[in-house]
Amino acid sequence: MTTVQIENENPVQPFLRMDRMPHIWCPGCGIGTTVNCFTRALIESKADLSKVAVVSGIGCTGRVAGYVNLDSFHTTHGRAIPFATGLKLANPKLNVVVYSGDGDLFAIGGNHLIHAARRNVDLKVICVNNLIYAMTGGQTAPTTPGAVITSTSPYGTYDPSFNIPHLVEAAGAVYVARWTTFHVRQLAKSMNEMFQKKGFGFIEVLSPCPTLYQRRNKMGDGLDAMKFYKEHSKVKHGCPTSEVSLTKAGEIIVGKFVDRERPEYSDLMHAHLREQLGEAYVEAEQVEMEHTLCS
Amino acid sequence: MNADPRGVLTGSHFLDGDHAACEGALAAGARFAAGYPITPSTEVVERYAMRAPKVGGTFIQMEDELAASIAIQGAVWGGAKAFTVTSGPGFSLMMEHIGYAAMTETPCVFVDVQRGGPSTGLPTLPAQADMMQVRWGSHGDYEIIALCPNSPQECFDLMITAFNMSEKYRVPTFLMMDEVVGHMTEKVVIPSADQIYVEPRNFTAKEPAAFKAYEACGEECVPEMVMAGEGYNIHVTGLTHDERGYPNMTPPVQDTLLKRLVGKIRDNADKICLYEEADTEGADIVVVSYGITSRVAQRAIDLAHEQGIKVGKFRLITAWPFPEKKIAEIAGKVKALVVPELNMGQMVREVERCAGGKAKVLAVPHAGGSVHRPEDILKAIVEVAR
Ligand SMILES: Cc1ncc(C[n+]2csc(CCOP(=O)(O)OP(=O)(O)O)c2C)c(N)n1
Ligand code: SF4
Repeated sequence: MTTVQIENENPVQPFLRMDRMPHIWCPGCGIGTTVNCFTRALIESKADLSKVAVVSGIGCTGRVAGYVNLDSFHTTHGRAIPFATGLKLANPKLNVVVYSGDGDLFAIGGNHLIHAARRNVDLKVICVNNLIYAMTGGQTAPTTPGAVITSTSPYGTYDPSFNIPHLVEAAGAVYVARWTTFHVRQLAKSMNEMFQKKGFGFIEVLSPCPTLYQRRNKMGDGLDAMKFYKEHSKVKHGCPTSEVSLTKAGEIIVGKFVDRERPEYSDLMHAHLREQLGEAYVEAEQVEMEHTLCS
Repeated sequence: MNADPRGVLTGSHFLDGDHAACEGALAAGARFAAGYPITPSTEVVERYAMRAPKVGGTFIQMEDELAASIAIQGAVWGGAKAFTVTSGPGFSLMMEHIGYAAMTETPCVFVDVQRGGPSTGLPTLPAQADMMQVRWGSHGDYEIIALCPNSPQECFDLMITAFNMSEKYRVPTFLMMDEVVGHMTEKVVIPSADQIYVEPRNFTAKEPAAFKAYEACGEECVPEMVMAGEGYNIHVTGLTHDERGYPNMTPPVQDTLLKRLVGKIRDNADKICLYEEADTEGADIVVVSYGITSRVAQRAIDLAHEQGIKVGKFRLITAWPFPEKKIAEIAGKVKALVVPELNMGQMVREVERCAGGKAKVLAVPHAGGSVHRPEDILKAIVEVAR
């Protein structure tokens, strides 16, 4: 008789707050897959994990901050990026990852995203795009493609939707990529690549929401979404972002679209102030935790 | 802990309230500020933008007040002492993050140089119209600390107090100026760094494994703090959370958390409240005022004294928590309390509540745009003295 050795220790387990399991995500949801890729990218990147901070806004994706065993901040709806900006500027040794939903980052938080990309603040933004507001019950998002039934578009959407990579590139990001939760290896690799790069990096991950997006639109379950991604995705690295808009049933262009150099915000600030003020410029010192005993 | 001398502009200066508040922030150790321009508050961060790069501070002009009010909180969790500055309409936009700071116990300071409203209202003219907004503007139950300077000197002094209290109680703390105090120029004496007490952040000495981010600690029930990047793997959320900081939205956890959040301020109100009192012993009438109005009230009180009216003065330096016991005590001894404010009646409601019918309470409202005429306050004093 042959015995089968089953490995029941998940390699990403140390990255998760196991004392918070089970998580709240639905069966077939893609958010967990993106977290898996994220942890693998962290392993690959050999980053000092004590220096990695995750900042999320609000939404199903926003809950990522609560499940990763890292310094993590679950902020307010849409404001993850400005929080992360303050965190990074005050403590430049941190690797700050903003991890949130498409509604959070592009509707209520759209202005913040644009300005952080413009400044080229050294933030890594992972946007899980399920094309909908999930946590609030499946309303239309600025990313929802045309002719999709949502709880606030019972006759189908007609609001034109955002082409996220195009917007982010125009705003100034130095790294822009898109993948789906079918492309787990590419996604993890892309995340690692983004982590290695200084400046405002952005990855959009298309992710299924079987519970709210697919159900209403009779698009099946999580597995059906994987099949859809597999059949409809086309890898086109370097594709002009103006050409990567999404439709309900059309082609999904994935790949790395932008990888360029621009001065990063802090570098720019230091160089400029040093030039203007000379000796008078005092660069911010790192605050150290002074371990004073609680009385 | 003493102030870092590099941030302290020791000496006698001729400064307006906005600039003095900036110097107070620097002396208190604020090394991060984020702001979005709005009159009449902008001079605070304009000065900070000029001074900060020379003392190791960072200023960023954010895209709006929502961003500014949360960027400072990111900076705090990165280890910095941080503040933002605004006025009425911008303050309205910051309300979301006052709640976030209260819920996550993020020590930070907001300066509100008040102008008239509602809405865009009176951009360059004074009011005291945000006194209730600061207390109740964010949703849910929470407590904050709000201080009301009445001179540039106090803008400096109370800014330091605001930072110190915000650290001690881990609570958003507010410097509630008004346009006149913000823009009036007077002598400001800045002591030497060794004369300035700066409350250090209460960083924990516990090992990560033994540390619970939201465990009540010490006499004041305020948890010890950590900052990101130190290996504690903290989780900070605006959701109702347990002692570990983990979301837990059950009624008992909400009950425990909110009782502690409001308790740490309510139970320590006597230690927190600052006020100025004169001639209240034996007075028939006491004028209760704050900010710029207290200086106009002083003139009215002097005029009333000339008429032989026994009138005392009570100036709120801390508006929130409201000095309930003190007002109740005074109300028990006098005939009437006169409350002039640059609004249509905000803090007077607190005075009425605390007086509990023991003394007559007379509001002297003013819609803003200028200050009271002393005669208006005098008229009210004379009326209740009759
Ligand atoms: C200020 C504010 N407005 C509205 C909400 C309600 N809300 C919660 S989650 C959400 C949408 C989240 O959508 P998205 O960012 O796409 O995340 P998902 O849940 O789809 O992952 C909204 C509108 C809120 N929490 N706060
Ligand atoms: S509602 Fe949608 S996005 Fe949210 S957890 Fe469920 S499947 Fe995922």
